[in-house]
Order: sequence, then C-alpha cells, then structure tokens
Amino acid sequence: MTSLPQSTEKKLGLVIDLDTCVGCHACVVSCKEWNTSNYGSALSDVDAYGPEPQGTFLNRVHSFEAQPESGCSQTVHFPKSCLHCEDAPCVTVCPTGASYKREEDGIVLVNEADCMGCGLCAWSCPYGARELDQIFGVMKKCTLCVDRIYNENIPEEDRVPSCVRTCPAGARHFGDLGDPDSDVSRLVASRDGMDLMPEMGTKPVNKYLPPRLKDVPSDAALEATHKTPEGLFAWLDKALEKL
Amino acid sequence: MHPAPSIILFTTLSGLGFGLLAFLGLGLPPVTGWVAFVFFFLANALAVGGLLASVTHLANPKNAIKAFREWRSSWLSREGVLAVASLLVMGVFAVALVFFDIRLRTVGALGALLSLATVFTTSMIYTQLKTVPRWNEWTTPPIFMLHALGGGALLAGQPRLAAILLIALGLLMMWAWIKGDEKSLAGTTMETATGLGRIGKMRLLEPPHSGQNYLLKEMAYEVGRKHAQKLRILSLLLGYALPAALMLLFTVHHLTALIAIIAHLIGVAAGRWLFFAEAAHVQRLYYGK
Repeated sequence: MTSLPQSTEKKLGLVIDLDTCVGCHACVVSCKEWNTSNYGSALSDVDAYGPEPQGTFLNRVHSFEAQPESGCSQTVHFPKSCLHCEDAPCVTVCPTGASYKREEDGIVLVNEADCMGCGLCAWSCPYGARELDQIFGVMKKCTLCVDRIYNENIPEEDRVPSCVRTCPAGARHFGDLGDPDSDVSRLVASRDGMDLMPEMGTKPVNKYLPPRLKDVPSDAALEATHKTPEGLFAWLDKALEKL
Repeated sequence: MHPAPSIILFTTLSGLGFGLLAFLGLGLPPVTGWVAFVFFFLANALAVGGLLASVTHLANPKNAIKAFREWRSSWLSREGVLAVASLLVMGVFAVALVFFDIRLRTVGALGALLSLATVFTTSMIYTQLKTVPRWNEWTTPPIFMLHALGGGALLAGQPRLAAILLIALGLLMMWAWIKGDEKSLAGTTMETATGLGRIGKMRLLEPPHSGQNYLLKEMAYEVGRKHAQKLRILSLLLGYALPAALMLLFTVHHLTALIAIIAHLIGVAAGRWLFFAEAAHVQRLYYGK
C-alpha cells in the first residue's frame, strides 16, 4: 500500500547540527560503505576511476555560504539525506507499492523487489533524497540503517545509523522525534531546530539545528595596533625617510 | 526536468490516440466496416505505441506489471488501470462495429469517457508535483485534455470543432507559459531550502560532488532553454494556428488534413519538449542553480 499511515508509533529520524558539522564527508563515506554491502542492491559507481566518475549516494554534504546584511559571511556545511517525512509525497506517488512508510517507526523505505524504476518518487521529493541507481535500475534512499538500529548481532553502541556512529564532530543525532522527552526532541526544542522547505508541506521528521551566529569582532579589535613606530623601527623609519 | 524522448513520445502519441478513441466511441465519424477498422487501428497504434514508449523509460521494466496495484493513492497507477480499461472497452466496441456492423452506443460512450479519463490521469501525474511549480497549476489538466480533444477531432475529421479546440488550446498554452514564467519556483529559495535565510543570503560554496549524478541529470536540466521563445512560437504556429487555419479556411480533403495533422504533431512535440525542459524542480536550489 502506498497510502501513508495515519500516524506512526515512533518517528525515528536524525537531528543534524549545522553548528558542529565540519564538512568532512565522513558520514557520506560511511553511509556508502554500509549501504552498498547491506540492505538491497549495491550503490553502484559508474566510471569510478575514469575522468567522469559518478555514483549513487544516500547522503551528500553541500557547503553553503550565508552572507548577512553586514559583516563577515558564514560557511555552513550541510549534510542532506532522506528526511523521512510524515507526509511523504514519494510514497503516495508510487504506482507499484515499492515505496512505503513503516507504521511502527515512520521509516520510509523502498522494496526493491517491486520497484520498476520510473523515477516518479524522485521527482516528487523536494530534497533530492532519492537516487535511481544507474546500474541496478531501482530507487535508492536512506534506510535510516534499518539493518543496524534493530540488529542484535552487533554491539549496542553500533545500533545507530552509520552516519551517526561515524561523525567525528558529533554533529549527527538519532532518536525518536515523536517522543517529546527524547534526547533528540529536547535538542530540537533547545536549539530552535527547523524543517527544510516547510512550504512544501511534507512535514519532515529530520530536523536541522541552525548554526549559532558568529561573534562580531569589535571595531577596536580591527584597529591597526602600531600606528607610530617605536624604538629600532622609529630609527629605521627616520633613516629611510632621509634617503 | 530532463526531456526524455520516451516520455515526450508517450504523452504526445497516447494523448492523440485516446482523443481519437473518445471521438470514435461517440460515433464521430460515423464509420463502419473497413473504414472503421482503419480508424481504430490508427487510434490504437497511437495509444498503445505511446504506452510502449513510456515503458522504455523504466529502469526496471520487469516490475511494470505491478503498476496496476496502487490506484488508491497513485495517479500513475490510475493511469495504467484506466488505459487498459479504455483499450478493452473500446476493443469490444470496435470489434462489434467493424466485424458485426453493430453500434454498441453505451459501450462506446463508456469507452470515450474512460479514454478521456486516462488523459486526465496522465495530466495529474504532473499536476500533483508541488516540487515542479510550473506543472503544479490548474492549467495542466485542461492543456492535456484539450490536446487529446483537439488532436482527436483533427484525426476524426471534425474540422470546425478541431479548429475551435486548437485555438482555445493555443491561447491556454500562452497563458500557462506567461504564468509559469512569473511563478518561477513559487517562493521556494535557497534560503527556505536550507532554512538559513535567518542569517542572510545563501550561495553555494562547494557542491557535494565534483561529477554528475542522477539528480543533476534528471532534475537540473538546462540545455536549450535559450531557445524557449523560438520553440514557443514554433509550437503555437505549427501545433495550433496552422491546423486551425487549414480547417477553417480551406475545404477539407485528405491532403489538407494530412498537412494539418503532421504540423500539429510537430508543434505538440516541440511544446511537450518545452513542457519538460522549462520545468524547474526545487531540488536544483541545493546545487545553487
């Protein structure tokens, strides 16, 4: 069924801290590594060692520059993957039932055995979170590492999405955003967490924590500190003037 | 959006085929026997040919049969169901008419209704996408419907009706182009895409990858938009103005009809190419485009 569930028991998702992310792309690499060898078909690469390499990724890091009306610009590294929306348009457009949202935890998945590779779900996604694999011909997307988070064969500390486990800066958090008392929900509340493209009406589960505003250097700090030379420099200054 | 030839062929040919089927179902023209056979053959060839072209667009066509499942939620699924239903119902009507000289009026009317409903579902596949503001407009369904009806009337030998429908269509196309240009991305910006408008104006500092990817190829198509104005005029003249003029100003015989139909097809294909090539997807904002 590609109708959306009325509500989900949990709303598992990610909280991404744009203040902390350093743009190292470790999450991109670990995501590719885990997901190319686990759930569904591999994440293929085309011309991987040639002049025009390209491939399927479930998570990508864009880097932006925000320019305030005055003062210095601010660089923001911006990891982007599926937001596991509550009103996921990618689910309802699917004609085969391959695309679905789980009632138990809200994860949006693709059943590759049913996907016909029409690409309509990727068209319906405002965020560019779905990529049609160029070799396997099926739609790939973030699974929230559904094969890790419930996996009792791996140590408990590893039962989080691969990107969260690997982030060296601690910029990625995983939890139940449907529970207002969860760590992630509290983080979102305290840091003014936000939705991407709220006007699209998708109600994303994943939240982004905006970067804290940069310190503005005081005018005094920007003043030149040595206006008149002293000592040896004063003598040099004088000597050079006379030349 | 990437203007895939398979999808342009599909929407152009199938629309025309289902339009002709709708007229045939209503008994226009009132043909029987072998003449009816030729008409039905043409209509089915266009409709089925277009549908087959659309299958080549699929990356994993072995699962195409499963596309009939989700008609409760998916416009694409509804389109598949209705396309097959209209072809089956019109098949019964055609066999009775061609081989037994019996006109099953109710079946024909039902077939006509289903054929037009099929075209409507095709239009809704595009109209439903909020992510492509140019398509997400009230004008999209009537444009698809008028293409089917106008082209269908042309093929069904209804000159006056065809001319009126094609003129109306041409005017609506112009309106949709102007409104689409004004609408652009409908208020979605890099600032809303990143949520960082609170800091200031955003620009892309570094893209996430140095090469191409599926998203850029599919959703950030840019080639040829500089020819948009020329193609718009070409599409208007060939697709709608010339066929309408031929139908109104000349006595219709096979040659004028043939010229009108060929001009119409070229014009519609050009317009359809623009329909995709000009449609901007909000995803492109993440790439600073």
